Amino acid sequence: MAAITIENLGKTYAGGATAVTGIDLDIRDGEFVVLVGPSGCGKSTLLRMIAGLEEITEGTVRIGGREVNRLEPAERDIAMVFQNYALYPHMTVRQNLSYGLKNRRMARAEITRRVDEAARILEIGQYLDRRPRALSGGQRQRVAMGRAIVREPAAFLFDEPLSNLDAKLRVTMRGEIRALQRRLGTTSVYVTHDQLEAMTMADRLVVLRGGRIEQVGTPLDVYRNPVSTFVAQFIGSPSMNLLPGVIDGGTLRLGGARFAGTGAAGPVTVGIRAEDLTIARPDAEGAMAAQLLTVEELGSQRLGYFDIAGERVVAAFPAGQVLRTDMALTVSPARLHLFDTSGCRIAA
Amino acid sequence: MVENQRWLDVLAHLTLILGVAVVALPVYLAFVASTHDPSAFVSGLIPLLPGDAMGETYAAVLEGGVKSQMSVPILLMLKNSLIVALLIAFGKIVISILSAYAIVYFRFPFRQLAFWMIFITLMLPVEVRIVPTFKVVADLGLLNSYAGLSVPLIASATATFLFRQVFLTIPDELMEAARIDGAGPFRFFRDVLLPLSRTNIAALFVILFIYGWNQYLWPILVTTDEGFTTIVAGIKRMADVVDSEPLWNYIMATAVLAMMPPVLVVIAMQRLFVKGLVETEK
Repeated sequence: MAAITIENLGKTYAGGATAVTGIDLDIRDGEFVVLVGPSGCGKSTLLRMIAGLEEITEGTVRIGGREVNRLEPAERDIAMVFQNYALYPHMTVRQNLSYGLKNRRMARAEITRRVDEAARILEIGQYLDRRPRALSGGQRQRVAMGRAIVREPAAFLFDEPLSNLDAKLRVTMRGEIRALQRRLGTTSVYVTHDQLEAMTMADRLVVLRGGRIEQVGTPLDVYRNPVSTFVAQFIGSPSMNLLPGVIDGGTLRLGGARFAGTGAAGPVTVGIRAEDLTIARPDAEGAMAAQLLTVEELGSQRLGYFDIAGERVVAAFPAGQVLRTDMALTVSPARLHLFDTSGCRIAA
Repeated sequence: MVENQRWLDVLAHLTLILGVAVVALPVYLAFVASTHDPSAFVSGLIPLLPGDAMGETYAAVLEGGVKSQMSVPILLMLKNSLIVALLIAFGKIVISILSAYAIVYFRFPFRQLAFWMIFITLMLPVEVRIVPTFKVVADLGLLNSYAGLSVPLIASATATFLFRQVFLTIPDELMEAARIDGAGPFRFFRDVLLPLSRTNIAALFVILFIYGWNQYLWPILVTTDEGFTTIVAGIKRMADVVDSEPLWNYIMATAVLAMMPPVLVVIAMQRLFVKGLVETEK
């Protein structure tokens, strides 16, 4: 059990390429933090620097108050779950689980106790004498989890552990990992590129972009108040609509409609979540003329794709909502997200 | 694309039978020759069926009762060959697996240079560098010794490359998992790499054992003391007789005996051998 403190962390490769830079992050004891971002954003590098698999070129990492920059991975009191499980193929499940403990010269009775305990928690007891090859993807994932659990480490590090599983199993394992982590209360850092996984699992989200932290916050906070157009589009499905608008004399002009706007005059980018768009009468205030392009039927809801003043816009409606070719859509002014031309949020 | 036509089957079998005959007939004739009396094979008519002298020929050869042609007992030559072949096989495997480990998993200065140095030895088999190698071995005082017979043949790039390829197919995650599990370089090598290359080691052992066993040029060059004669070199010496007919039945019996150990090694390790050559599960 430990907090992880990251200060001004940076990684520059020998060739001069920078993977991550200027990372400051406080992970509280017992917290489940998800690092999320598109590929190449440095999230895996950051995780591997915490693990000690990647050398730190700048800044410090503290685990439980102890600076670990110069420590070997095994000395950092962490356990890691890898994307491809990284189970030792020639060892049985039991040997896989106990290998790390054996290297630590733990007493044999204690090893057996911990392995049996982990096997019970993860329900892999009947596979203990099998080789990883004889297990399914989900079972291997459990074994990989088990290898982390038996260590009873200060922190779990997950590197996209579910990306090799099929969609259905992924949802199940997502819940299981989260339930397990709550039960054990172990600080966890979880890397994923899947925003849905990030949203559903995280206590706090860390959105990374180009090696820097773009935003840190609870999933809802990030969803409701994205600090930039990048975060706005990355978090949430379907992505937030971004439309060009102009603020002029306290009025926001957007798609042929006018809203009471604030802030400096000039062009802005307006973000609207799909579920915030509602159908309006064409002559109502704030109504934007919209031509229906296509409809996606999701069962629980209908997604309508519209053309509003030349921009493609998606709106979510309850199932069974009748959609016509020519309609008018509106949005509550409180639900508008305003970004300046560089993509940063304009404080409302 | 499997064609299922009768004449193709017949053709395929004929080709295979022909191939087997080409390879196996001389071996069979050697066996036949070893079962007849010495004159049977030089009379012009080659017998195709085993004769009746098999027991006495082999007994004589094994007991070293053919002093006129062999100053060294065959059992000693077999022992020499066995020692040399085992030294070469084990020595090569140990050296190559360690150098491959260094090249793949460690970042040290001049790593690329080391790699290319090893690579270059591919172009320099013993036969090419035989004079300088002889000079070095002689200067080291290794003439007429097992070390002199085996050491120059041990350093080789082929096995290093094989292990390098094997190691490259082992995912990095495994090494990282081992690091997190607290396994240092030695433990990772012993607990993960060695077991994972088990089949490759076996396959290489078979190949290298036969390679070492069949050495001919180097052993006759580096040994003058007959106590170090290997069996393959010994057969040649048996045929080099002055003023008399070579005793072909004894020579062929020796040849047949010389073939036995490699055959046994192949049979014993066949399953691992094939696995090591074709298997790629990691």
